[in-house]
Amino acid sequence: MNQLNATHAWLRRNLFSDAFSGTTTLLLLAGAAWWLPGLIDWMLLQAVFKPDAAACQAVNHAGACWGVVAEKYRVILFGRYPHAEQWRPLLATVLLLAVIAGSGLRLLNRRSLAAAWILALPAFFILMGGGRFGLTPVGSDLWGGLPLTLLLATTAMLMALPLAILVALGRQSGLPLLRGLCQLYVELVRGVPLISVLFLASFLFPIILPQGFTIDVLLRVQAGIVLFAAAYLSETIRGGLQAVPGGQHDAATALGLSRWQAMRWIILPQALRAVIPSMMNSAVSIFKDTSLVTVVSLYELTGSLSLALAGDAEWRSYYLEGYLFIGLIYWTGCYSMSRFSRTLEAGTGLLRPPVPSTA
Amino acid sequence: MRFPNIARTWPAAATLLLLLQFAPAHAGKTLDQVRQRAQLVCGVSTGVIGFSSADSQGRWNGLDVDVCRAIAAAVLNDPAKVKYVPLNAQQRFTALQSGEVDLLSRNTTWTLTRDASLGLHFTAVTYYDGQGFLVPKKLKVTSARQLKNAEICVQSGTTTEKNLSDWFKAQGIKIKPVVFEKFEASIKAFFSGRCQAYTTDASALAFIRSKEAPRPEDYLVLPELISKEPLGPVVRRGDDEWFAIVKWVIFALIEAEEYGITQANVDQMKAGTDPAIQRLLGSAEDSGKLLGLERDWAARAVKAVGNYGEMFQRNVGSASPLKLPRGLNALWNKGGLMYAPPVR
Repeated sequence: MNQLNATHAWLRRNLFSDAFSGTTTLLLLAGAAWWLPGLIDWMLLQAVFKPDAAACQAVNHAGACWGVVAEKYRVILFGRYPHAEQWRPLLATVLLLAVIAGSGLRLLNRRSLAAAWILALPAFFILMGGGRFGLTPVGSDLWGGLPLTLLLATTAMLMALPLAILVALGRQSGLPLLRGLCQLYVELVRGVPLISVLFLASFLFPIILPQGFTIDVLLRVQAGIVLFAAAYLSETIRGGLQAVPGGQHDAATALGLSRWQAMRWIILPQALRAVIPSMMNSAVSIFKDTSLVTVVSLYELTGSLSLALAGDAEWRSYYLEGYLFIGLIYWTGCYSMSRFSRTLEAGTGLLRPPVPSTA
Repeated sequence: MRFPNIARTWPAAATLLLLLQFAPAHAGKTLDQVRQRAQLVCGVSTGVIGFSSADSQGRWNGLDVDVCRAIAAAVLNDPAKVKYVPLNAQQRFTALQSGEVDLLSRNTTWTLTRDASLGLHFTAVTYYDGQGFLVPKKLKVTSARQLKNAEICVQSGTTTEKNLSDWFKAQGIKIKPVVFEKFEASIKAFFSGRCQAYTTDASALAFIRSKEAPRPEDYLVLPELISKEPLGPVVRRGDDEWFAIVKWVIFALIEAEEYGITQANVDQMKAGTDPAIQRLLGSAEDSGKLLGLERDWAARAVKAVGNYGEMFQRNVGSASPLKLPRGLNALWNKGGLMYAPPVR
């Protein structure tokens, strides 16, 4: 009885506190009642889970054809990577995800974390690229799917952050030339869309290189993404630097710290802490922007999905299910990042609880 | 503020230099390069049913893919020694010009602009296509000329888009093209009623109607073909030997059909008495030497993919989901346009 009263009180307070909130609640419930059964019906009840094209055809889109994922998951997840060798990208992906999760959940102390990254990244490249330890060489143009998406996003974040800090500091430098150069870089890169940076990296760069030199296309594209991400990130960080009160500088100098020591121990930690949410914003958008590399023949998740479905007579019409599948992967990645950002903010004491309701 | 010491930065510069792998400058000899790496790099589509597509195991198949396999068989004696590079419509020519691929076999229409201004050579026609229209029956339209003021869904970056505006301009009819970058988006838009008509190559229309339409019986393919779309493989300019090889492998496949040489009987035919067949298959004169290939180049190609007719039936014809009639693609002596210069 007591329980029931408590529930009742909770309902009253949170869902039916006044006429407006009551109406909203009812409208939302009605919306859900109207929409959910059809969704559940499509997603689960009428859905086909077996990789059976005839069964999917028979359902004729009245139910989802998850069989397309069951049939095509290897091409979707690993793209053009040779079929027989696909345990390697699988292992590499698991390895990279484990290190990322280990960093995000802070399962390791600082030193072992650094060691884990230093071991994991070369291991990732050796597994993917082969040519060592008896692994067949696989050119980076054949890498694809999830490992490629993860590689591009992780490397972009790892390398863009230090670069962005340098550029942000450069824009505050007293040397006009350095300041001007940093500003020029930021304005140039921010002034064009990522897709044109990728086109430059992929098509123009080989033409302007001296005859006989080639740089791996993946490396070129990765460099393009890093430069692009760093330009945006540096502005975020510059905002953080400006938010640190000038008194902090003076106090640090008064303590006898040199300029760099003050920057390293007093200013930067406060500046970076202040901009965690917007840095995470950049991280999330870079993670999703990696899907643009399809335009330069690198087939990451979205690219490998269309590679898997576009030319297949039996499965082509079920790309909605395919997109939902990779959408789930992207969502998991982005949601994990925002959870990580919250724990970071909580750790710095910056996360304030939402203002309690006055009712 | 101090500037970093040059001596401390040079390792970084050295690392950068290490990343620049040294590769021989464009040798101009595609054949030598292909032989040296024991692999043909073939640009294909990112997925066009019947022409080039990857299956669930990542294996490529289709008419365009078979052309690559035949050339690999003729040059390297192994149809499997091909690396397929999927290219979209916009990047395909750049990939060929920059040397990323040896050959572009990607249902590409042979036009004057492309042949004359892009630094490429079209080799031969492997499929004669034409552009058509798909409309809902409820529009009660029986000819493309009735599509006045209609919104027509079309995919960008191909000759399809230009043909559409050209043809209606010539007819003096106003239409509104609705352009999509992706195939899926364009047909989804059409079937959800965004446009009154959908246009693309006829080879794809019948299949789109039967497989993608919610109710195929509600849609109709109009009788007009508004363009000529001769599709064929493309090579870079400046390498005449390679140009000749690609061209003549295709001619050999067509000629094999004319002589009745099939994948199954090619070995028996070698031993036959017809001089033309013996010449083609290399059991009499050495026709391969003229191309810089081995004697049995044509026999290898036929053994790998069959003759042109077999390629057609398997990928786009009666034995395939597309079920296209031979039509213009029948041999010249059977009412079609497929005519190969003699191998002699």
